[in-house]
Amino acid sequence: MDTFGGAATAIILISIINMYRLIQGRTLFDRMLALAAIGTNTIILVGLAGFVFSRPEMFVDVALAYALLNFVSIVVISKYLERRKEQ
Amino acid sequence: MDLVGDVLLWSGVFFIGLTCLGLLRLPDFYTRAHAVSKSETLGLGLLCAGMAFHAQDGLVSGKFLLLLGFGALINPLAAHLLTRAAVRSGLAVWTKREAKPDASEETGRS
Repeated sequence: MDTFGGAATAIILISIINMYRLIQGRTLFDRMLALAAIGTNTIILVGLAGFVFSRPEMFVDVALAYALLNFVSIVVISKYLERRKEQ
Repeated sequence: MDLVGDVLLWSGVFFIGLTCLGLLRLPDFYTRAHAVSKSETLGLGLLCAGMAFHAQDGLVSGKFLLLLGFGALINPLAAHLLTRAAVRSGLAVWTKREAKPDASEETGRS
């Protein structure tokens, strides 16, 4: 049980450090990349929270749904950024 | 069995930390995309494998392995889509000759 709490704390700290690139990133694509990395960290964090609260069979479905949602948002925003040049 | 899971979990945390280091220290968007796509995928896979080792139920382990395969599919795909959008919108590639690479990225866009 202690391992999951430590790993979750490390992932939270890494996500907070990643927010430097999200806020300060020079281009819009850097911000999107930091957002994708933080989304992946959130998937891991939801899976670890299931073990911390000793109910992993419920949280793993949440993690799968969040992975799908994160991917769809990245695809839509990158398609929008790709088409922005033509206008 | 628990020792294997712990080793997998902490090596996954190490690779996620490596992703953070690459995202902060690399000079260009494309190099940062390289760091995020590879290292983050490996960290997600190792952490999901560790959690699958720790799960008592077989169905939960199978779902964590499904999450591993899903992450290995969508994480490089998202980085590839972002990089393709950056190339098609004309983001300049970093070369070592430029003195301040980040300052010239905005002017490199058409």
